[in-house]
Amino acid sequence: MKRMVAETKTTAEAEKTRRAVRKRAKTGDTHLAGYIFISPWLIGFLLLTLWPIAQSFYLSFTDYSLLEDPVWVGTENYVNIFTNDSTFTKSLGVTFLFVLFSVPLKLFFSLLVAMALNQKLKGMNLYRTAIYFPSLIGGSIAVAALWRNMFGLDGYINQVLAWFGIQGVGWISNPDTSLGTLILLNTWQFGSTMVIFLAGLKQIPQELYESAAVDGAAKIRRFISITLPMLSPVMFFNLILGVIGSFQTFTSAFIITKGGPVNSTYVYALYLYEKAFKHYQMGYASALAWILLAIVALLTIVNFAASRYWVFYESEGGGTK
Amino acid sequence: MKLKSKVTSHLFLSLFSLLMLYPVIWWVGASLKKTEELSLPTIWPKTPMWENYSKGWHFSSEYTFAHFFGNSLLMELGNVFGGVLTAAIVAYGFGRLSFKLRGFWFSILLLTMMLPGQVTIVPQYILFNKLGLVDSYVPLVLPHFFGGGAFFIFLLVQFIRGIPRDLDEAAKIDGASVYSIFLRIIFPLIKPALMTVAIFTFIWSWDDFFAQVLYISSVEKFTVGLALRMFIDQFDIQWGQLLAMSLLSVLPSMLIFLFAQKHFVEGIATTGLKG
Repeated sequence: MKRMVAETKTTAEAEKTRRAVRKRAKTGDTHLAGYIFISPWLIGFLLLTLWPIAQSFYLSFTDYSLLEDPVWVGTENYVNIFTNDSTFTKSLGVTFLFVLFSVPLKLFFSLLVAMALNQKLKGMNLYRTAIYFPSLIGGSIAVAALWRNMFGLDGYINQVLAWFGIQGVGWISNPDTSLGTLILLNTWQFGSTMVIFLAGLKQIPQELYESAAVDGAAKIRRFISITLPMLSPVMFFNLILGVIGSFQTFTSAFIITKGGPVNSTYVYALYLYEKAFKHYQMGYASALAWILLAIVALLTIVNFAASRYWVFYESEGGGTK
Repeated sequence: MKLKSKVTSHLFLSLFSLLMLYPVIWWVGASLKKTEELSLPTIWPKTPMWENYSKGWHFSSEYTFAHFFGNSLLMELGNVFGGVLTAAIVAYGFGRLSFKLRGFWFSILLLTMMLPGQVTIVPQYILFNKLGLVDSYVPLVLPHFFGGGAFFIFLLVQFIRGIPRDLDEAAKIDGASVYSIFLRIIFPLIKPALMTVAIFTFIWSWDDFFAQVLYISSVEKFTVGLALRMFIDQFDIQWGQLLAMSLLSVLPSMLIFLFAQKHFVEGIATTGLKG
């Protein structure tokens, strides 16, 4: 008995010293150490993010060609963009179409495949590798070259269609289908979205499904009332990043279609790039960038506001369900 | 019933894998075809044109692809080194040390993940232009030395938070400073996550065409991606040769992926979203 008391005492003392050490470590020198450790990021943030954002805002009110100093023009760039720039309207429309189709398609396919991959089966690694593979190389210029060839008038896609007696079109040279081929290429690379879904699926407690199965819930019912709500935070994360990423799509339009035909794939990032680095209208391009930022920020805020109605967080009394 | 659903799953997954890989399979065959054969629906050419590879390799009169691969690898060396080193340092700061405004800075870090790059690209270009660094690798490599990117820092912070604090505490009692705790305890323990950072950095910067096309203009400094673009922009494209070189250009990423596959998918699955 006595020994036990003594033992508790020593552990209590040890706990006390430990706490004291922790306290000392928390105050004082770790402030400085903390800033020393995060300094690479902090310097980079100030130098390559915050300062450029501020400068870009200033430049959006100027006329600037890199060669001479910026000339203040007030809101002229913005007024021109909104009232007198049909390319702006066109590229914004194209980008909205791209986002509207590619984000839901990617979410749908990646969730479907993630669910198929979330089983205990032999050879799962092999399937996962095969399915992830296109995403690994998808953004590269090499794949853009591949796509341009496959979807050409004499390309592979039309050869296959011909087998079935279907007369293909020049998918890339036809303004009605060119954007579709880029959306398809984007959807083909759903790997990272899928991996995030897979991680989310693995975290859903298996007991939920088991008790639902005991209650006799059908598969679809289980998907709707367990998988979807439990996965909604991950879905939300993928949706936010998907929208932001799709608004910036560039390489495929730049290489495969060069924005054409008749501007049918002239996405916003491509317009901005050409204004800045082909025509050297840095002020105008900065105004375009700020409009893009405003649109993306607005959509993200709307997404966050809407998430209250469909995203389910376990910590908010999830146990009652 | 169990068996039946297993068979269905296998069937679905193998068909789907095939569908996903089909363009790649076609690509391998096409890289060995004559131009006339490219418009035939066959996968494999009658006589493989191995010279697509040798001719493509020498397509530019000035340099071979060996030169462009060398350039890309040089750039990657800087990117991976800078990214891994500084991401680990910054993540330790956010994950383990408490300092004033830590929460604030961490939210800023997460916010930067959502910032469209177009907003900063023009002033960044102006900055590098003023410093006379355009048409050098500095604008491509330097950003990786500032923490390697918000996503990687976030990934590592999550990983570090999963390491039991007892190890740090014990070392602290022994009188170890935060620096030696980082070097001797945390850094060795986060090596698997750093592997993920290294792989992703390599593959993503290999594919980061936008920055390359923006900053590099002389052929001598072209990366593989830029060399391919030069190839595509030729008047009379030799498609067989172009597809052959394109295939070679994705080979490094492919090999890294196959060898480090476990790290790659598991790494992000287990470390990325634990919090």
